[in-house]
Amino acid sequence: MSLEAKIPPGPLAEKWSKHKFNLKLVNPANKRKYDVIVVGTGLAGASAAASLAELGYNVKAFCFQDSPRRAHSIAAQGGINAAKNYQNDGDSVYRLFYDTIKGGDYRAREGNVYRLAEVSVNIIDQCVAQGVPFAREYGGLLDNRSFGGSQVSRTFYARGQTGQQLLLGAYSALNRQIHKGKVKMYTRTEMLDVVTIDGHAKGIITRNLTNGQIETHTGHAVLLCTGGYGNVFYLSTNAAGSNVTAAWRAHKRGAFFANPCYTQIHPTCIPVTGDHQSKLTLMSESLRNDGRVWAPKTVEIAEKLRKKEITAAQVKEDDRDYFLERKYPSFGNLVPRDVASRNAKEMVDDGRGVGGSGFAVFLDFADAINRLGQEAVAAKYGNLFDMYYQITDEDPYKQPMRIYPAVHYTMGGLWVDYNLSTNVPGLYALGECNFSDHGANRLGASALMQGLADGYFVIPYTLGDYLATIGPKPVDASHPAFAKTKQDVLDRINSLLALNGTKTVNEYHRDLGHIMWEYCGMARTEEGLAKAKELIQALRADFWKNAKVVGANDEVNAALEKAGRVADFLELGELMVDDAKMRKESCGGHFRLESQTEEGEALRDDDNFAFVGAWEYKGDNQPEILNKEILDFEFVHLTQRSYK
Amino acid sequence: MNLTLKVWRQKDANSSGKMVTYKAENISPDMSFLEMLDVVNESLILKNDEPIHFDHDCREGICGMCSLYINGRPHGPKRAITTCQLHMRSFHDGETITIEPWRAAAFPVIKDLAVDRSAFDRIQQAGGYVSVNTGGVPDANELLIPKVIADEAFNSATCIGCGACVAACKNASAMLFVSAKVSQMAMLPQGQPERWSRVQSMVAQMDEEGFGSCTNTGACEAECPKEISLTNISRMNNDYLSAKLFREEKVHDHSGGGE
Repeated sequence: MSLEAKIPPGPLAEKWSKHKFNLKLVNPANKRKYDVIVVGTGLAGASAAASLAELGYNVKAFCFQDSPRRAHSIAAQGGINAAKNYQNDGDSVYRLFYDTIKGGDYRAREGNVYRLAEVSVNIIDQCVAQGVPFAREYGGLLDNRSFGGSQVSRTFYARGQTGQQLLLGAYSALNRQIHKGKVKMYTRTEMLDVVTIDGHAKGIITRNLTNGQIETHTGHAVLLCTGGYGNVFYLSTNAAGSNVTAAWRAHKRGAFFANPCYTQIHPTCIPVTGDHQSKLTLMSESLRNDGRVWAPKTVEIAEKLRKKEITAAQVKEDDRDYFLERKYPSFGNLVPRDVASRNAKEMVDDGRGVGGSGFAVFLDFADAINRLGQEAVAAKYGNLFDMYYQITDEDPYKQPMRIYPAVHYTMGGLWVDYNLSTNVPGLYALGECNFSDHGANRLGASALMQGLADGYFVIPYTLGDYLATIGPKPVDASHPAFAKTKQDVLDRINSLLALNGTKTVNEYHRDLGHIMWEYCGMARTEEGLAKAKELIQALRADFWKNAKVVGANDEVNAALEKAGRVADFLELGELMVDDAKMRKESCGGHFRLESQTEEGEALRDDDNFAFVGAWEYKGDNQPEILNKEILDFEFVHLTQRSYK
Repeated sequence: MNLTLKVWRQKDANSSGKMVTYKAENISPDMSFLEMLDVVNESLILKNDEPIHFDHDCREGICGMCSLYINGRPHGPKRAITTCQLHMRSFHDGETITIEPWRAAAFPVIKDLAVDRSAFDRIQQAGGYVSVNTGGVPDANELLIPKVIADEAFNSATCIGCGACVAACKNASAMLFVSAKVSQMAMLPQGQPERWSRVQSMVAQMDEEGFGSCTNTGACEAECPKEISLTNISRMNNDYLSAKLFREEKVHDHSGGGE
């Protein structure tokens, strides 16, 4: 099948405005005749639901949490990028576009990324108008900071909780529409399937998590805003409930899944303490502005540290390897996320990891404290130091932090065209749930930007074009496709509840995580991926034989919810491995050991791999088909990234 | 560590509940409180027992979903953290820990330790917003906001809507929560046009939900994981009084003029 990205022709700066003019409009009086389903209420979902309701559409919004405000966008710390150039430091829409394309290691679409940069400025205006309390200067203007290796200060922030403040803004806009009756909100409700009629998405099947009722909802269009799939690794910085189910169900109903192997592994997270651990906690990458990353020079010293025979302070300066400063003298500790993460892993693989488990390197603030004083360091990073202390019971003012990379974000997702439409007409994907704008690596402070861009400023235009085309005829809820899909969902729930083996679902999830992390994590090889595929297939087969799911459907049943999600992760994991195996080049967060430069950096293969890999589902346990969308670079020149 | 847990078990909103005792064995002091419960639940599942149900999501102290009343205190014994940020090293080997849900008429139990906090959503739906549509807004830097005002509005905005304030209050009052939301908007210039109607709508909805009255004991402030201060309540009372006495205007009427 050919993939039509529908990027408008013409100069970059004119694509979006011309496209907006060419899109069909829905007459104001007709908008109320359309029902739109929005699944997920994070930044993308809440902003889309509110904006579409403001236009006059009837919106039904869904979230599995007890309130839309709890979606995991809430946890984003650092900030949101926008090309405002308020700092007069040379920023522009074009520069944000260029940085994002380059940061994504030339695996994103130029047209999409330019539009993202273009609407970024409107996002800040919108949020401020809603009452989002961004950080300000004494003169009353908005403050900015630099972020993620960018050479300009374009990041807007609200202390360490930018995500919460932006989400509360979108949530307040959503609340206003709920109050007006234009949005009907369904909380504690999980989408379990999408209904298609004649190839068009016409509704969803949900489970009410409070009483187990399986419900059918009709709509003229379905928007998935359901976030990323980082929890396939079991341990990640995602929320415990974050899952791939909505996107995966859509995939199995025909939507292509693009670049599933592109995952972002964030370098400054708190290391794992044991098998009981349920999640990993990220600390803002701003810590690398003043902290120095190091590991002991020899395995012997590392061994002594691991056994607590000596402390970090007792390791002489000469016995320390500040490996990022040594290998990347010009960027030092501020190399991009993927590079920092990979190097920490190398140290650990080399036997030089520290901490009880050996899976950590040091992030040392002793120099900064000597230079600036403890008070100044506390003013900058106090909340992060407190968080670290709370979790590890170690005082980072007195001894270096231990850090290790953790899965944080997934750049892959449902394939969408320029209109955010999947290849299934009427089915859209917004925010982290789609694959579109970050290529193979996402820059810091760009996830919030993309979620809100999609929801506030893209979908309100592009959805109208589709709706105008299909017309406002009501969706027929008695169409057999609804009953059929509902029955499929019930059958699946019953087969999960019938599992009465000896191993808990959580154990399968943990096992899957170990496989993914080992073979499809920071470094991937042909051989390892082949092995991972076998292991996942065996684990999945075992799950459907020996897993244990307790309770019934018609009640609150967290074990059942988890079982459905893990069953989907067990399928997605294999596709990620297939995708990683297919992509024999290294790019961004995808590092194939077979494809590296002489200095050990990621080596792209633009001749053979400058495409989006969009996978097509062909049935249970059948190999998926790869569809390629070739990436054309008209405006930027592809270069090898270097941070030496 | 080995612990004894006394846990509130309740099948659903319509059933009555009771305390049930469990053993939590081989608990690492590095575990978070919720991870300890995960371990207990795993063993319950393997014994064919129903796992203990509790709300949780981000597990990093910001989503506001976790809501355990531990040894008589919302979010447990430590100050300024949520349950998910509480670690087992805050307890000692052999200790008996009592775990209950939030107790408030406006927060009915859904199952075991999870309660229905949708009253908080409804209070915000009643007026906790600035009425602006997407698009057509002025440039973000058009309006200057003094840093002290912006910072203070931010302090109010850090509320995570967990409901610990209600759980801590002997009257189950929601004043700290509502006042934090009202204050954020009342301090910012963007919130001024609807300032007087907003406070009335939100307080009216709060009363309708069945929350108790505030008697200024300050338990809410002491237990708030985000250290929201009582000052918010004074601010809101001030605005409410002012609105009622001098500026009573038609409360937001959104029923007409939609679309």
